[in-house]
Amino acid sequence: MNPSHLPSLGRTRLGRRGFLLGLSTFAVAGRTSLALAALPAAGDRRLVVVLLRGAMDGLHAVVPYGDAAYAELRQEIALPEPGEEGGVLDCGGFFGLNPALTRLHEGYAEGIVLPIHAVAGGLRSRSHFDAQDYLERGSEQRLSSGWLNRAISAMEPDEGESLTGLSVGLDLPLLLRGRQRIGMWAPPQPVRPAPDLYARMHSLLHEDPVLGPAVEDGLRERGYADGMLPSAERNGPRGFVALASAAGRLLAADDGPRVAAIELGGWDTHAAQAARMTPVLAQLDAGLGELRAQLGAAWAHTAVLCVTEFGRTARVNGNSGTDHGTGGVAFLLGGPVQGGRILADWPGLGQDRLFENRDLQPTRDLRAVAKGLLRDHMRLPDAAVAAAFPDSEGVTPQGGLIRRAA
Amino acid sequence: MRRFGLGGRAGEAPPDDPLAWLDAQTRGLPSPLPPPKGWEHQPSLAEVMTVWADGDAAMPFPPGRRHPGAILMSAQRAAWLENLLTAAEPVRERLVLLWTNHLTVSIRAGRGAGMMLGSYLCDAVRPNVTGRFEDLLVAAVMHPAMLYYLDQTASIGPDSPYGRRSRRGLNENLAREVLELHTLSPASGYTQADVTEFARLLTGWTVERARDPVGTVFRPQWHQPGRKTILGKTFEEGPEAAEAALRWLGTHPATYRHLALRMARHMVADEPPPEVVAHIEHVLADTGGDLGEATRAIFRLPAIEAEPLAKLRSPEDYVIAVLRAGGWTDPRPVLGWIRQLGQLPWVAPQPNGWPDTGAAWAGPEPMMRRLDFSYDIAGRMSHLDPMALLDTAAGPLARPETVEAVRTAGSKRDALSLVLASPEMQRR
Repeated sequence: MNPSHLPSLGRTRLGRRGFLLGLSTFAVAGRTSLALAALPAAGDRRLVVVLLRGAMDGLHAVVPYGDAAYAELRQEIALPEPGEEGGVLDCGGFFGLNPALTRLHEGYAEGIVLPIHAVAGGLRSRSHFDAQDYLERGSEQRLSSGWLNRAISAMEPDEGESLTGLSVGLDLPLLLRGRQRIGMWAPPQPVRPAPDLYARMHSLLHEDPVLGPAVEDGLRERGYADGMLPSAERNGPRGFVALASAAGRLLAADDGPRVAAIELGGWDTHAAQAARMTPVLAQLDAGLGELRAQLGAAWAHTAVLCVTEFGRTARVNGNSGTDHGTGGVAFLLGGPVQGGRILADWPGLGQDRLFENRDLQPTRDLRAVAKGLLRDHMRLPDAAVAAAFPDSEGVTPQGGLIRRAA
Repeated sequence: MRRFGLGGRAGEAPPDDPLAWLDAQTRGLPSPLPPPKGWEHQPSLAEVMTVWADGDAAMPFPPGRRHPGAILMSAQRAAWLENLLTAAEPVRERLVLLWTNHLTVSIRAGRGAGMMLGSYLCDAVRPNVTGRFEDLLVAAVMHPAMLYYLDQTASIGPDSPYGRRSRRGLNENLAREVLELHTLSPASGYTQADVTEFARLLTGWTVERARDPVGTVFRPQWHQPGRKTILGKTFEEGPEAAEAALRWLGTHPATYRHLALRMARHMVADEPPPEVVAHIEHVLADTGGDLGEATRAIFRLPAIEAEPLAKLRSPEDYVIAVLRAGGWTDPRPVLGWIRQLGQLPWVAPQPNGWPDTGAAWAGPEPMMRRLDFSYDIAGRMSHLDPMALLDTAAGPLARPETVEAVRTAGSKRDALSLVLASPEMQRR
């Protein structure tokens, strides 16, 4: 299984790769594993953040069909009630999931999917780019690191030894940028140099402040992933479902990463929303199902948080679409998640209930949800949670997201 | 020279007077681009519309046949890349890349934007990158490609005759992105009300596909009646307001501040010193937004000489630089190589275009792909002399350790791979 272009990275053979990365002291010390994630703080617990870029329409994903104003605001894109043809999948008599979200609805019935409604970050901006940056930075300060990277810093005391964080895909999102180095995996390309040439290239590049660390982490992560994934998967289909599948496989390993981020775009539905959003929702649903399947037993220790930069306008626009708005939806799911309910202080959609007479009024801060997860699921100390989200003293971590027994 | 061009070409001597060489490429008009395969001239908008309509009429296509519009778009993109491989005015082409990215149109948005993109780049952007910004802005925003890309073709004044009849309404997308990305930037403090008002002002402007003259047209029955006020400035009802508002925005002080940062980030450093940005901003303000003057001012900044190779090349820049250094001219595989490294030209994911900082491109896996690409290309350029390649790529900036690594490499292919993977090659 191990391809010839990279040295073996199995649990008992450091060999060339350790040398290549300047890690030969490990071998001398007799360590039997590269310990990609020896994590005293995080233990078995895993956290996956799915960034839904482009602003998912929360009112179309988790539909408040019981709100008297819904049908009038949404006109031709309003979804039918449960039981009707193409109707929403009921969640307790007031909300229903978009019918494309079948696996999420099964998880809801199981009690492990928690949709969170009328939620927004702390920044009021309808710019995708400002709001995405904010969502990932977790602060209004123009920090160059993301909140997840800062959270990992607290989980990983032995800096540089292991790669707790994993980014799946070809972009390293701001969410995971920062001081703590992050592994990456993406479907590989066929032509590769021999290990020796990699080593020479590495020595040419290692002093460059930008290129050096990137190459080092790339070599490390590739060696790791190649050992983990069967070749069929390495050459398999692309797209979100494939990436989510690979992420599940990599996270499932005992010595694998503990924190991962994946992105899914395609949510900016200014026109023909009903038709354009369904395939993206279906992709999200299938990807999350695949992630769960690949995690196997580790699912019992995994929380997955799906977030978007903001919601969309409450009223349908002139093109059967919706424009940039404010309050929206997040999904939290996973074995330890206290789901099977909708977490919302519902503001209502009636006259004068809308934010700026246009958007769903946010009644919950997304930072509270993320802080609650870092505290109760990843068990970070309060100081580390505060460091992940600076200037958010007024935002209390959300309790009750995670079952106590987990 | 390395900072502002596309990378040296094999066998090309460096200019005797670099500053004169740079300046010359910021004056006058560019030479025309080579036509796409199968054409003897650049197709006009009307010709593109015909290909598009004929293709739609012939749908559906049997397996293996593509829409002729898609074929034309691919040919236009291939011609575009081929020009970058051989361009005699690489500095001008860099400016075209910069402003194309600032005013992003992506074929990701669908066939309308994709079909119009060739004309957008050749007619709206390329001739305007060294003139006044307001001219570039008007040409770009009013071009059918942008009108399609940012949904202006679907925006109807709610109180216009057609809006009342159809109950269709505004689409704010173009108005918002012009304010946010193309001109003022959010730092200027405009509000949602300004966005909505600007969207109302733009209504009526759309694209005509079927009847002559095809292209950008104004439909009075879609236009929102009444005056509109944006950031306190009032514009009268009617078709003239769009250009008037764009010219007003294009010469606004906040726009100059935004453009100065954009230019400095692309040509000076990821985090340019504030005094550099301020200097460019002053030049823009003093010259009425003359992009040529501002560019020539950047050529003369002491920061350029002081910090060579400050910018990491984007995947597109890197692949083009590698191929130019190796004297490669076959455009066919170029797109696939750039895509492998994480960027697909003409398909930027979002209207803010491709990132312009090293950190955004230097993820571990994309960096590994650069190493793999170096090795792949080295195999295809085995006729080259590694030291000569290094000289073309880096000239006097070649570091002793790179020279040593190339000299002691185990094989010619390894030596070439090392040149292509070196920091000197990956940076500009």
